[in-house]
Amino acid sequence: MLAYILRRIAQSVLVMLVVALVSFALFRFVGDPISSMVGQEATIADRDALREQLGLNDPFLSQFATFVMRAAQGNFGISYRLQEPVMELILSRLPATLELAMVSGVLAFVFGVGFGVYTALRRNGWLSNTIMTVSLVGVSLPTFLIGVLLIWVFAVELQWLPSFGRGNVVMVGDWPTGLLTPSGRASLVLPAITLGLYQMTLIMRLVRAEMLEVLRADYIKFARARGLSNRAVNFGHALKNTMVPVITITGLQLGSIIAFAIITETVFQWPGVGALFINSVRFVDVPVMAAYLMMIALVFVIINLIVDLLYYVVDPRLRVDRAATRH
Amino acid sequence: MNRLGRMWDSDIAWSFRHSPVAVVAAAMALIIILAAVFAPWIAPYNPFDPSSLNLMDGFTPPGEPNAFTGNTYLMGTDNQGRDIFSTILYGARISLFVGFAAVIFAMVLGIGLGLLAGWRGGWVDSLLMRVADVQLSFPSILIALLIFGVARGFIPPSMREEVAIWVLIVSIGLSDWVQYARVVRGAAMVEKSKEYVQAARVIGVHPARIVLRHILPNVMGPVLVIATIGLALAIIAEATLSFLGVGVPPTQPSLGTLIRIGQQYLFSGEWWILLFPSIALLLLALSVNLLGDWLRDALNPRLR
Repeated sequence: MLAYILRRIAQSVLVMLVVALVSFALFRFVGDPISSMVGQEATIADRDALREQLGLNDPFLSQFATFVMRAAQGNFGISYRLQEPVMELILSRLPATLELAMVSGVLAFVFGVGFGVYTALRRNGWLSNTIMTVSLVGVSLPTFLIGVLLIWVFAVELQWLPSFGRGNVVMVGDWPTGLLTPSGRASLVLPAITLGLYQMTLIMRLVRAEMLEVLRADYIKFARARGLSNRAVNFGHALKNTMVPVITITGLQLGSIIAFAIITETVFQWPGVGALFINSVRFVDVPVMAAYLMMIALVFVIINLIVDLLYYVVDPRLRVDRAATRH
Repeated sequence: MNRLGRMWDSDIAWSFRHSPVAVVAAAMALIIILAAVFAPWIAPYNPFDPSSLNLMDGFTPPGEPNAFTGNTYLMGTDNQGRDIFSTILYGARISLFVGFAAVIFAMVLGIGLGLLAGWRGGWVDSLLMRVADVQLSFPSILIALLIFGVARGFIPPSMREEVAIWVLIVSIGLSDWVQYARVVRGAAMVEKSKEYVQAARVIGVHPARIVLRHILPNVMGPVLVIATIGLALAIIAEATLSFLGVGVPPTQPSLGTLIRIGQQYLFSGEWWILLFPSIALLLLALSVNLLGDWLRDALNPRLR
């Protein structure tokens, strides 16, 4: 057990080091930091002195070590484009992204499970067939197109909902939230649907497939034979047993939601981290790119680590397999 | 019986003829691909020839004569008076080129590394599969975006425009090679231990020849399925990056770029600039997706 956890953690650290190396290489090889720091009239001697002072002549490994140490403390320097510390930029935009991701995650889960159960129970109903067909189109539609089409229908034609921004926000402690104001909630609707739709179809299809599988199992027939009500059989027995894989997949999808937020935020001009990253790619703003790279890698590595460790705890077969191979 | 006749009688062809969805999807994909390939001959106008453009023709609604010039356009015109139908044909050309090139790149890389891992085994295998595991835990569009962003950083600013399309192809290809590598590796390991391969080794056939002539043909079925679905994914990835403004340069607009331009005119009421490129992208992605789904089921012996 301990060996497995240690190996898994070592692997995660290795991944983070590789990502850090890429980020560091960006800093090191894109442009000359000295020429962007000093004026035109600086002499070569001045430049060399500054280079020495900043440690740019140090061996590669010691520079990399310094970079990793500073990154671990959240110090990524100053944005080339916005002239502000990168960490402050990211932290000030993180609440917007997390709020959006959370709301769409919950939406995707609730509606995904609901539709999945419905289409599994009423397999041949017209409503089930409609939901399944629409979900196929939903999977084929790129996220950005869903967003643009929603803006067209609900913001331009019907004028029900705003098409950009976050609306008014109020501070709850240090956290600016849009959930407590009417305009903030209205602004959240379209982006949350855009971001959650793909995950919803995914969860829905998974729940449906798992439900159909479980409903065929012997213990369900047995439960019916015992005279349990449909409700107890469907929800107490069938749904409960489909939830383990569904929760795992949903957990793994959390990272994807944050990744796809890049697209949704750009479509709706949502003031989050993803939009910041896209702009940094467009303008080759290296410090922001490097920091985002490290941040998103960390999120994914942690999520995967937790899911793997939970698997190990939940599924006894994994432990038995390992014990068997050892002897 | 000749070769064409044998193909017509094969299981795959039979399943194709009896699946209306597959026939319709194939027809739609074929029409779009042909229209894109022959765009310079089909398109009524050349949208990239400034001398043929008339700014007075700008914002002509579809099917209505323009108020000043009296010209009529099937799908209307954009702000610069470019015929939307023609820009879609040329845009689909770029989308399809990037899509096919990225899939071929991913396929060659994936098959090559997969065969290497499966045939050699040992540390090469564990290293490649570790990398694959890590990459699979990230969504591929994020990988493509990150590779594209990092690569852009390394390219000198003066060259960014002209090499953008190649950087895009490599980024999308690198984000998708894992699928091929895993399938090919698994199949190569199974085939490697079979008697015919051992027999070939005993009589001294060169390993490269065994891998290419005996093992590779046996893994092409699943690879083809992945490539078809991968094409739809690559087209969507390209459209997404171009929509975000970090894909192909504006001088070579793909369908994603056209949708981005169309979005800017949504609020002023010129809906056709957005709608028609969106429909083209949707039809393309949907038809290729459906073909991939059908091919996967048709090649799966358990579903027969």
